[in-house]
Amino acid sequence: MNLSTVLGGERYVFADLKEVLAKANEEKSGDRLAGIAAETVQERIAAKAVVSDLLVSDIRNNPLIPIETDEVSRIIEGDINERVYNEIKNWSIAELREYILSNDVGDRELKRLSRGLTSEVIAAVTKLMSNLDLVHAANKIEILSTCNITIGQKGTLSSRLQPNHPTDNIDGIIASLKEGLSYGIGDAVIGINPVDDSVESVKRILHATKDFINDWEIPTQNCVLAHVTTQMKAIQQGAPADMIFQSIAGTEKAHRSFGISAELIAEARDLALKQGTGTGPQVMYFETGQGSELSAEAHYGIDQLTLESRNYGFARHYDPYIVNTVVGFIGPEYLYNSKQVIRAGLEDHFMGKMHGIPMGVDICYTNHIKADQNDIEDLSVLLSAAGVNFIIAAPMGDDVMLNYQSMSYHDVATLLQTLGKTPAPEYLKWLEKMGIYENGKLSARAGDATLFNR
Amino acid sequence: MNEQLIEQITKMVVEKLQETKGKAENRKSDEAMPVNLFADAPVGQALATEHPDAGPAGAVTFHRTTEHKQPAVPSKVASTGTCHKQDGNKQSDAKETELAELRKKTPARVGVGRAGSRPKTKTWLQFRLDHAAAVDAVYGEVPDELLERLELFQVHSKVADKEEYIRRPDLGRRLSDESKQTVMEKCKKGPTVQIVASNGLSAKAIEENLEDVYLSLEQSLRNLNIDMGTTFYVDKGRVALMDEIGEMLQPDVVVMLIGERPGLVSAESLSAYLCYQPRIGTIEADRMVISNIHKGGIPPVEAGAYLGTVIQKVLKYEASGVSLVNKEG
Repeated sequence: MNLSTVLGGERYVFADLKEVLAKANEEKSGDRLAGIAAETVQERIAAKAVVSDLLVSDIRNNPLIPIETDEVSRIIEGDINERVYNEIKNWSIAELREYILSNDVGDRELKRLSRGLTSEVIAAVTKLMSNLDLVHAANKIEILSTCNITIGQKGTLSSRLQPNHPTDNIDGIIASLKEGLSYGIGDAVIGINPVDDSVESVKRILHATKDFINDWEIPTQNCVLAHVTTQMKAIQQGAPADMIFQSIAGTEKAHRSFGISAELIAEARDLALKQGTGTGPQVMYFETGQGSELSAEAHYGIDQLTLESRNYGFARHYDPYIVNTVVGFIGPEYLYNSKQVIRAGLEDHFMGKMHGIPMGVDICYTNHIKADQNDIEDLSVLLSAAGVNFIIAAPMGDDVMLNYQSMSYHDVATLLQTLGKTPAPEYLKWLEKMGIYENGKLSARAGDATLFNR
Repeated sequence: MNEQLIEQITKMVVEKLQETKGKAENRKSDEAMPVNLFADAPVGQALATEHPDAGPAGAVTFHRTTEHKQPAVPSKVASTGTCHKQDGNKQSDAKETELAELRKKTPARVGVGRAGSRPKTKTWLQFRLDHAAAVDAVYGEVPDELLERLELFQVHSKVADKEEYIRRPDLGRRLSDESKQTVMEKCKKGPTVQIVASNGLSAKAIEENLEDVYLSLEQSLRNLNIDMGTTFYVDKGRVALMDEIGEMLQPDVVVMLIGERPGLVSAESLSAYLCYQPRIGTIEADRMVISNIHKGGIPPVEAGAYLGTVIQKVLKYEASGVSLVNKEG
């Protein structure tokens, strides 16, 4: 494995794979905080040049975190298809990039390729790709997933309706839910972040949302994003949950700080399959985000993009219905400004799709980061062009519980109309039946939450 | 885990306040109004003229302009087309009443109507205004006169400026060398409770709430006969700065009153973090927090009083955070 190069008369030598992978990243404040970012722009390019000449096998044979010490590493290793791997193990990362971008390579080829790629290899090739590379390549991949309905079809853009309320007031949640439905939001999931993580509270919200879905015969699914153990207890006590949610990370150590393990997630999935209300076969929902491992002091000096890729390696093991990165939520220590958020959003979406998972994005920002609504509107157009499976929407983009801004109900409707996309087919049918959509667009009565009063 | 604990405790506090005050919930929704979308457009009034013409009914927006120029004719009539004027009014009024009901149930921006698939201009600008207020509230300086009035001396973390505060959380967790010396000179050693204030991400939070929280906490500790150290203010501190202060002054409990990241609903929310014997290396799960302290959330005076009783419990069990939950059984 060659870790040095000469560029512009200057010789660059990198100590190990970990260092060169970190320095090959586009600028991220989190990598700088970890003390592993490239010192100069030229050093960054030198690192990219070194990575481009590495072989797929170099990366697999030099594990960043050995399987003996980390169960996420074990899961990623264990899920590799050896036949596919053997076909590509002698490719350089540059060749891998060019294969992915080749006009002869489409959905079928990329899905097969995916089976032979470790998360670290996917991270490596991502570092060589431009923003438009990431959009173009991700858009080749179509990942369908089914809980109660099927989402992810080419030409669709689904959404998670996020009707959070600062005190979990059911009437307040329902008010926001009605508003969102009247804009055609919510085919991916109606997902609520509870303030109160108790089993009773989670049960209450699960029942309320499920009753509403049943009353109006809405072809969608519900979820309350409490800790996995709380949701499991709620389900065991008879609450109707179509899927189980959990935030995940890229190392076993970070998982410990989240209070989870591979075993627990497997148990949760088993429970959702046996006692959940979702039809399946996909019944899991994961959230991720660059920087969470560093924040949990469980990053082993590895860069945040590579660790993020490991999230998806872990996620794909559990055949999730939906996964999204919450890009822009973590704060400027990790993603400093809109440029870094936009880059991370495109990277995460591409890496998720390359892992073969139904990838969505919570396109968002907090008030202490250098970004505003215009910036995330930009990213939403890029991601829609990249074929993102779903995005998250709150009333006017203002989440009154989590105190951050995401996309609005209006934004989803606008993206669909501007880019000629639709919600998932089954959901679209329901929207037309309700008179909310007409000829593929919002109808005259759309946007009127009182549609759902009776 | 820490996040769950935060939520749990915040909820406990809210419940407690509701028990004792009975009206916390009402006040919350009333006072949230000034910063929310409808602050300058009284519910039911402005919307009654806006909704029917370009709102959910979806009528074309260019109608609006002309209608607004005809103050004698209520604009809602036009949108109902061939309907009799009376019926149109009635229908719109009924709908407006229903929307007003929905809006009352949540501080979220619902019932806002649309222009095509986009938000109405006023709704959009209100959103931008609220974001602007939140951004402008990030960081900032606390006025000297407030610190003088409360007789707090000021020290600094190792952070030089705003930029460094963002990029180097580690520097916000340590006092500058000069500040360390000041603290050692001026502060009482080994107090039972050491209170520290810091602007954190919102000086506004300190400006609006510190006096009430601090004075009521002081009063509460006095009533409970709990010994207090010398309170001081740290510019650009982070929560874990309490660990270093714990090492230096050896208090049993440190309470840190710090400005939260501004949200759109409130840019002046304060958090009170407390920890039993914080020292370098203390784990996050052993800290406790009462968040959302502001006039539209947990009222500062009540929060101060409540903090006193939490400190009493922490001292009794000699533990805080997850360790406290475990010891309590």
